[in-house]
Amino acid sequence: MESILHAVEGFMYPNEVELQWSILIVLYPFLTGIVAGAFILASLERVFNVEEVKPTYRLALLTALSFMIVAPLPLQLHLGHPERSFEMYLTPHSTSAMAMFGFVYLWYLLAVLVIEIWLDFRQDIVRMALESTGWRRVVYRVMALGSYNVSPRSLEIDDKIGRFVTIIGIPSAFLLHGYVGFLFGSIKANPWWSTPLMPIVFLFSAIVSGIAAVLLLYIVVCFLKGIKRSIPCLDTMARYLFYAFLIDFSLEMLDLIHRNYEADESLKTLNFMMHTRLYMSQIVLQIIIGTLIPIGLLALVQIVSMSARAREGIYVLASSLTLCGIFAMRWNVVIGGQLFSKSFLGYTTYKMGFATREGLLPALLLLVLPFVILWILVTLLPPMKRDEAAH
Amino acid sequence: MEIGRREFLEKTGKYVMLFGAATKAWDFILAGTPEAAPDYDVTRHWWAFYIDIEKCIGCGNCVRACKAENNVIREPFYFRTWVERYHIAPPDLANLHDERLPTVDSPNGGYDGFPERYRDGDGSKSFFVPKMCNHCTDSPCTQVCPVGATFDSPDGVVLVDKTYCLGCRYCVQACPYGCRYIDPRVQTVDKCTLCYHRITKGLTTACCETCPTGARLLGDLKDPKDPLHELLRTQKVQVLKPYLATGAKLVYHGLDGAVR
Amino acid sequence: MRDLFRDAEHLFRLAGVFLALIVVFLVARAVLTPATFGVYGHYRGAALAEIRTRDIVFAGRAACLDCHDEINVVKKTAKHAGIGCEACHGPLEAHVADPSTVVPEKPDAKKLCLVCHSENLAKPRNFPQINPKEHADDDNCIKCHDPHAPLPVKG
Repeated sequence: MESILHAVEGFMYPNEVELQWSILIVLYPFLTGIVAGAFILASLERVFNVEEVKPTYRLALLTALSFMIVAPLPLQLHLGHPERSFEMYLTPHSTSAMAMFGFVYLWYLLAVLVIEIWLDFRQDIVRMALESTGWRRVVYRVMALGSYNVSPRSLEIDDKIGRFVTIIGIPSAFLLHGYVGFLFGSIKANPWWSTPLMPIVFLFSAIVSGIAAVLLLYIVVCFLKGIKRSIPCLDTMARYLFYAFLIDFSLEMLDLIHRNYEADESLKTLNFMMHTRLYMSQIVLQIIIGTLIPIGLLALVQIVSMSARAREGIYVLASSLTLCGIFAMRWNVVIGGQLFSKSFLGYTTYKMGFATREGLLPALLLLVLPFVILWILVTLLPPMKRDEAAH
Repeated sequence: MEIGRREFLEKTGKYVMLFGAATKAWDFILAGTPEAAPDYDVTRHWWAFYIDIEKCIGCGNCVRACKAENNVIREPFYFRTWVERYHIAPPDLANLHDERLPTVDSPNGGYDGFPERYRDGDGSKSFFVPKMCNHCTDSPCTQVCPVGATFDSPDGVVLVDKTYCLGCRYCVQACPYGCRYIDPRVQTVDKCTLCYHRITKGLTTACCETCPTGARLLGDLKDPKDPLHELLRTQKVQVLKPYLATGAKLVYHGLDGAVR
Repeated sequence: MRDLFRDAEHLFRLAGVFLALIVVFLVARAVLTPATFGVYGHYRGAALAEIRTRDIVFAGRAACLDCHDEINVVKKTAKHAGIGCEACHGPLEAHVADPSTVVPEKPDAKKLCLVCHSENLAKPRNFPQINPKEHADDDNCIKCHDPHAPLPVKG
């Protein structure tokens, strides 16, 4: 800890020298961002009848669920007293954005995701409950809730209710990730965070990361299961990724331009921080590699005609860079907001441990965990069948 | 009807459980209010604080006394109160357009005093600024606490309930003055409590008790005879970061405009 | 109607599961919420009393006068009148509670006096500050100054 003192440049209030929110808090909005983004992509088909993305509908939902299950874990690991976290359900403080978390999380998980996935998969669940054996049979029977009616009428009711749930799900997804943006954006003490644009920026970067994640997962899952990928589906997803990116980039640039124009007391210190301590993560990783290059690649595909294989390769590259860029954006917001002093006279550094409670190792494990869960879900509830690829 | 019976049983079961829950809840409500200290009435006090910059000599007595009184961990990252030294160099006549920033230092929060670093006669302005929790009336820290572990007491002191705090650190982020920290021994938030355990017994805070020059003064605004009223009436006073509208009750006298 | 029940039965079961979860939540909430929460505001009311019951470490100057009034007689008209006893002698509640067993050490005058009186650019101009070497050739302060009534100078 003493080594941090030597790394302080200028003056920091003594209590500010040590960072409060670590890489785990960077991870949390990244995970919920993918949840919200994947769900918005799924709703494109269900509510807005964009037929081309239908092959990814179930996969997007399962992706959202697996990331949703992991999302509270970095928060629990970060708390000083995780055993008291249930207090947020007992006595939530109505003026605190963070208090919303417990209820929004439960609502979105149970009332939106679980119901929608259950309704869409029910026909398959019932079939597998009747056909399978052993422990799988038990799992499917529990999932079926003991009801095996899959008559056309019941499926029609399922579809209607499912559509209704998706419609509610869209503002719920906005709330799930938007409140995180508000959590940061409403802190008047921190000028790097305090802006009304923050919830919107978070939301659009979430949509970008969600579409990029599902696009990559679609290609990977199809490859692993030997299913032919639908090129129109990929093209449509890439187009929506491009549009969302344009809006996201505009919003982030608007924030920067506005800040530089108004030039209030915090500008010098923030700009200095951006060009020194945050140079690699903000200018290089987030803006150039994570935003400009993917936008350029996706724009290229819109303008120049190329083969399906070439397009697919570009989509994989663009999506991967995008995910790195969005992670960098969360890093720059969370860590960046704590690197400078509220006296605007100094800077500190972030010393990340490796095998500590809030170190790099648990962060990496938590980043891998959603994919493990997704694999389990995809095995239990196959999102795509070989014959579905026919369209 | 088969379904009708099942539904009936489900409904009855739920009502029975709800009734049981309601009775228990009622018992808790009737359990009564917590016993107040017999001779301290929270409604008859409204605590504030006054710091006179022109009297502070940077001796560090307050920092040491606070850590001793409140058992604060003796490391350079955790302070309930600390002293900063400002050193403002004279303007550079060759370069008047550029903003001149003050040089500020707070070695170990002022715990061991301040070693002399500057030469006399170089035309600069230098002074000490003691800092602590401002016990804001509209405190941004209590606004963001998700569970109500930090709160404004009825007598105007911002306190932390250490058995209820989750250690989420949202309040630390929300405080514009940097007066909160996480106590690593108990993993909950800690900060200046205005020596609540002393002022409710008629004593003054530990920092006021040991300040040799009278730079610090505890005030009770609800007491019409409190000397703070006279000071507020006659002196030019300031608060830190007034544009954030936190309703800070720590008023300074002689606070230079360069102080952040 | 009967057909509707049969085709939507799974939804009623789902609703039942959710309702059960909500009831469990409400019961847990009633049981686990602390009894004194919300009495004064959005916090545990008992916390106020708990915070009040800390042990005192500094006794306060009034406590010293009971036994050491002769010092106060000397001090109260002198330059150091406004300084509390514990500002120099450290926390003394333990001594007040048990005066015969807990006897505080006399502070080291040379170190202690310089804490306040060594010259420093940031101290107020009118505050008495000296350079110990120039002022007294690094000699002990109490040779010439009574710590409780430092002026006039002795001898």
